[in-house]
Amino acid sequence: MSDALWYLGRGTGVVSLVLLTLVVALGVATRSGRPLPGLPRFAVTAVHRSASLLAGVFLAIHVGTLLFDPYAGLNLVSLVVPFSAGAHPFWYGLGALGLDLILALVVTSVLRDRIGPRVWRGIHWAAYASWPIALAHGLGSGSDASTGWMLTITGVCVATVLAAVGWRVSERFAEVPDLAPVPVTAPPLVGTGPPEGPR
Amino acid sequence: MTTLHLDWTRCRGRGGCVELLPELIGRDEWGYPLTATDVPVPRALRGAAEQAVRDCPRMALQLSPRFAE
Ligand code: HEM
Ligand code: SF4
Repeated sequence: MSDALWYLGRGTGVVSLVLLTLVVALGVATRSGRPLPGLPRFAVTAVHRSASLLAGVFLAIHVGTLLFDPYAGLNLVSLVVPFSAGAHPFWYGLGALGLDLILALVVTSVLRDRIGPRVWRGIHWAAYASWPIALAHGLGSGSDASTGWMLTITGVCVATVLAAVGWRVSERFAEVPDLAPVPVTAPPLVGTGPPEGPR
Repeated sequence: MTTLHLDWTRCRGRGGCVELLPELIGRDEWGYPLTATDVPVPRALRGAAEQAVRDCPRMALQLSPRFAE
């Protein structure tokens, strides 16, 4: 029985990593305002949200099964309080930290009408921290981390997120730039003295 | 009739609403929606308008049922 829990815990952990990778890539795509092949703009946002909710479900099963797996030696507190686990406090602690961040991301996003765009966006930056934390947790705690197939999955996930972040910081990222570019015909900003108005 | 309100200070031209409500919203040459600030939404487009509100990445859209039919 506890073997079954262990298998389920491992499997859902792997699926969670793959889903979170997809979620981060789709979040970046949402931010770009560009359609993807086969996905119009509104659908990119919708799939980003659905994939996040699905990742939340898999994470719940992941921690739920390992909670009852006697070998993991976890309790409710060590699932959510980082670095409090009796065994492997560091690697399990990263898992707890990742879980907290992702829960915060999903809950604030579901309630974003109440929270308002500013606070919601601020919290959403945590996405970029949560993914590497979850990845490191999997590498450190995963029973399968050093198997060939898991290394392949890990490699593809890392490459996907690196590509997404590389695209995110590239110059031609957004389809519509957030700030209107200064028109070429604007008067030169030299010799006009110090800027006026409130800083 | 339901009205769709667009908060121009929030909108950054991500274009989702333009795709969902082509009957009501066009796309200007900078990628921003081309529409009035308050657009009456016909009954048939109600669902699409609700999706546009939910999926606007910038939370720039609002439906106001206050203007009773
Ligand atoms: C119900 C859950 C979620 C909803 C509704 C949601 C919604 C959104 C929206 C609308 C954007 C675009 C923001 C903009 O264009 O200004 C976005 C961006 C993003 N999301 Fe989410 N999100 C959710 C959960 C998550 C989770 C769990 C993660 C990661 C673990 C995540 C990662 C990202 C990333 C990386 C971006 C790009 C941020 C940027 O660079 O500006 N999201 N999300
Ligand atoms: S979906 Fe939102 S951000 Fe995008 S164009 Fe419409 S109102 Fe603006």
